[in-house]
Amino acid sequence: MEAIRVNNISKKYGDILALSDVSFSISRNEIFGIIGPDGAGKTTLIRILTSLILPDEGNAYLLSLNLIKDYKQIRKIIGYMPQRFSLYMDLSVEENLQFYAEIYNASIKDNYYLIEPIYKQIEPFKKRKAGQLSGGMKQKLALSCALIHKPKLLFLDEPTTGVDAVSRVEFWEMLKNYQNEGITILVSTPYMDEALQCDRLAFIKEGKLLIVASPNEILRNYPLNIYEIRHENLLLIINYLETVIPDAKINRFGQSIHCSTRFSFDDIKQVVKIDNIDIKQIEPTIEDCFLWISQN
Amino acid sequence: MDITKLKQDQFAIYARNLVKKFGHFIADDNLNFEVHQGEIFGLLGANGAGKTTAIKMMTGLLKPTSGILKVNGYDIYSESEKIRKSIGYMSQKFSLYEELTIYENIRFFGGIYGMSLKNIKARAEWAENNFALYGFMDKRVSDIPLGWKQKVAFVVASIHSPTIIFLDEPTGGVDPNVRRNFWDYIYKSSINGTTIIVTTHYMDEAEYCQRICIMDQGKIKTIGKPSELKNDFNVNTINELFLKIVRN
Repeated sequence: MEAIRVNNISKKYGDILALSDVSFSISRNEIFGIIGPDGAGKTTLIRILTSLILPDEGNAYLLSLNLIKDYKQIRKIIGYMPQRFSLYMDLSVEENLQFYAEIYNASIKDNYYLIEPIYKQIEPFKKRKAGQLSGGMKQKLALSCALIHKPKLLFLDEPTTGVDAVSRVEFWEMLKNYQNEGITILVSTPYMDEALQCDRLAFIKEGKLLIVASPNEILRNYPLNIYEIRHENLLLIINYLETVIPDAKINRFGQSIHCSTRFSFDDIKQVVKIDNIDIKQIEPTIEDCFLWISQN
Repeated sequence: MDITKLKQDQFAIYARNLVKKFGHFIADDNLNFEVHQGEIFGLLGANGAGKTTAIKMMTGLLKPTSGILKVNGYDIYSESEKIRKSIGYMSQKFSLYEELTIYENIRFFGGIYGMSLKNIKARAEWAENNFALYGFMDKRVSDIPLGWKQKVAFVVASIHSPTIIFLDEPTGGVDPNVRRNFWDYIYKSSINGTTIIVTTHYMDEAEYCQRICIMDQGKIKTIGKPSELKNDFNVNTINELFLKIVRN
């Protein structure tokens, strides 16, 4: 069953083509990730699908409702957490929640079970103004507000930017619970460890949809061999490898580098003549795949 | 070099029994650590771990309640003015002036640090060449993408050639390509001898640091090289290490 079908959507801002002929579909109950370089069109796509802006061309169907004709009905069944928190900073935690419940004609009491795991963490601060909350707490309140009317589709635009590692893990555990509750989730993220947790990913670059696949499919289809290389002078090694391995794509990963090439392990051992170098063949990470797709 | 023989003044940061209290609340509880000159040092912790308070003390913005803290050999209690001149700070919310151009921002911040116009121009040229800003110096900051703003904020924090640069969540919200470019600049600065102290919520970035310090509830839980800590705690990634320490 399809939750969302996007048909040939294009959008321009002046001369800039933000989205170009984008089509894909999302199944019910999926966690669907949108990834891509900054300025790729991820936010524009989310703003179109949440009926905040109109596409120049194309259309979309959300639970069979027509995005352009039925936008009023669509707004009732979606939850949206924009990149910048949509909270009212001068209202308290509980006033924000009350406000969102009222505009959707929803009952906090009826739907509290849905937000309880997150909201109870910020409930001790319910009298505090939203503007005085930490980043992690604002995020929890914004998510509670986006969910209080029990939406069927949840749109999250880079929800974990600036949020600490523990809160991010809890956030993703929460998303899996909402998935089990029957909510379909579309989430954009610049963080590849989060991309890995989605059921499927769409990779957008310069407004074009390049790939829609599961993280495993993306990892399996990495076209090159990949080697993790360690040496005490990585800058020297990077220059050296670029000379002896002409097709090398080299990216730094912490205190090591990942070198992607058609060369086999034996080829590498033959051409790399440097002491105290540690080379091992590894499986690509999702970040390797992101870099490969965005750089090619 | 036998670091055990280094004197307090030879470290970029030297902290012993460092405590900061706000009323009865202990934000930083007996911190003991040092950062070597030219090191890339990562300070990790969940919200409320005490990182920001520690950074505010190291940047001379807050006085400790007790303990020793020396920054570039200067004493926090009596020489905070000297500390502030010898460090650079890039905050999470960049302190750039959006209505000014990149060059005007550089000139403004250079002026704040009392640099001569000749020196400012030389540093602007350095920024143009080393940060791929050539041809963009007259762009207004409001018109450039987030990744560029981060780069310019780093330039501005380095404009007076500080010996330590503090980076508070420098790469929030940018894609992996942009983050990598930013780290290339950090490395270049470090190779030139600048000490870098960075806080981040993204544990894959912590792997770029030469040593990391994980804080929780005002205390230092562990300090070491990322590779050694992963071995010691028997985990594959710094993310696993962090969660193991902070969630337990």
